[in-house]
Amino acid sequence: MTKLNKKDVIHVAKLSNLVLSDTEMKKFLPQLSKIVDFIGQLSEVNVKDVEPTSQTTGLTNVLREDKIISENILTQEQALSGTDNTFNGLFKVSAILENRT
Amino acid sequence: MNDLPLTIKETQEGLKSKAFSAVELVDGYLSQINKYNKEYNIFLTISEEKAYTKAKELDKIGKFDEPLSGVAVAYKDIFLTKSVRTTAGSKILESYVPAYSATCVKRIENAGAISLGKLNCDAFAHGSSGENSDYGPTLNPWNKNYIPGGSSSGSGATLSANMSLISTGTDTCGSIRLPANYNYLVSLKPTYGAVSRYGVIAMASSIDTVGPIARTVEDVQTVFDVIKGEDGFDGTVTNKKSKDMTKSKFKIGIPKEFFVDGLDSEIVKNIEQARKVLEKEGVEFVEVSLPSTKYGISVYYIIQPAEVSSNLGRFDGIRYGGNRDKFGEEAKRRIMLGSYVLSAGFYDAYYNKAMRVRSKIISEVDDVFAGNGIDALLAPVAPTPPFKLGDKVDDPLSMYLTDVYAATANLCGIPSLALPSGFSKNKLPLGFQLMGKRFSENTLFKIGKIYHKAIDYKPKVAL
Repeated sequence: MTKLNKKDVIHVAKLSNLVLSDTEMKKFLPQLSKIVDFIGQLSEVNVKDVEPTSQTTGLTNVLREDKIISENILTQEQALSGTDNTFNGLFKVSAILENRT
Repeated sequence: MNDLPLTIKETQEGLKSKAFSAVELVDGYLSQINKYNKEYNIFLTISEEKAYTKAKELDKIGKFDEPLSGVAVAYKDIFLTKSVRTTAGSKILESYVPAYSATCVKRIENAGAISLGKLNCDAFAHGSSGENSDYGPTLNPWNKNYIPGGSSSGSGATLSANMSLISTGTDTCGSIRLPANYNYLVSLKPTYGAVSRYGVIAMASSIDTVGPIARTVEDVQTVFDVIKGEDGFDGTVTNKKSKDMTKSKFKIGIPKEFFVDGLDSEIVKNIEQARKVLEKEGVEFVEVSLPSTKYGISVYYIIQPAEVSSNLGRFDGIRYGGNRDKFGEEAKRRIMLGSYVLSAGFYDAYYNKAMRVRSKIISEVDDVFAGNGIDALLAPVAPTPPFKLGDKVDDPLSMYLTDVYAATANLCGIPSLALPSGFSKNKLPLGFQLMGKRFSENTLFKIGKIYHKAIDYKPKVAL
């Protein structure tokens, strides 16, 4: 049986860009452990020479003409309408670089 | 209006003969919503003004000659609706108002429908009962101690509560069929690639489908014909025609692996009766075997969280929506599960393995259709009738197992029509599903109509 430990959960939370509270950690650890154990049943299936399926349409490279259709374009105002955190008509984001000291 | 029409035909005949106006229809639905919505928690947003504007416009023209003229529709709150709040059932999008509408919404509105608003659902469509909505659970109008099925919980309940004539849902693993089944409704999970998902908040992109819920096969077919086909925005969609064969003699396969311990005895009995009805109508039955489908739910709960972790990565609180700490518990669980099965050291054992077992399930299903010359597979929609609110909320795995009969159609990308077929001893709805070959929706509609005609099916509402 696959058992997840607290370290595993902290790791996947980090990969997921999520911060867990202690209560959440207590709740999620056994739940995720149980689910991972269940899906582990696939280890018993023989898939030798079986190709993986990532989609079922059989389509490849669906392209369209590279032209501007004005009715399909959001105005700057519309594009920014989902947030109040704007500056000079741009999205405002947190700095990712620090000043050199 | 006291007696709201229950089908598109009744609606349009009434409008054309001036038995009632479109405005009176809106009055009727809104009075039903005002009376029951607080208790049952079905609508999250009601677009009253928009509905009256459209109804007045329709009354003024007075023709009602579009496929959905005068049809009152409500959308699962995962479909973007321009200028109408869209939450995906999640607090992270509590105040999000989209700048554009989903293709499906546009097509339904262009076909003359009146939009009443947005329906409750499990947050980001993660759930089988509706209880994972960040806005509280929806209650089943047939009995409010029971769940209405999810994740399109409001989409089922709005129809059994008579709050709209049709609704839309999304089905990634049963989320259209379950609520239809638990509310005595007809629904279609279309072939993957038949209906555009543009403007529908993505859950698991290789499995997500969009489809209609209504009260008759005819109405589901009408809505499907309106929403299907290429739109230039969803590269998976093709205009392949549903094969409308002149065939009138059908053969149905019954997968023996689906009728095992754990399947409720009332459902077994009900499906046995449905089989007898169809046999009497000249449909031939054959037992088939799909040994790998028992792994379907495991495959699904690897591939789906993997794709969820990627799709929900876009919620960064910058362009729209709140911060990631606003995700509810189930979204967090699935994102983390997805990150886990995709992470270094586990990718091959879980994600890659699941994609291969998925291939195995698909080839078994294809072989069964081809080898037996069958037109459909008959299966339960869920292992039990609706369960009680709260029964499974603390045990995510037992909730996941509700989807055990739904997974096959999603993993294979094949269509499935869910049909109501009776009531349990506790007076809760029962039904079954017919899965077909890719793009064989019209064959499923034909068999569904044969069955409903034979049992003299009549649409029913609970409230």
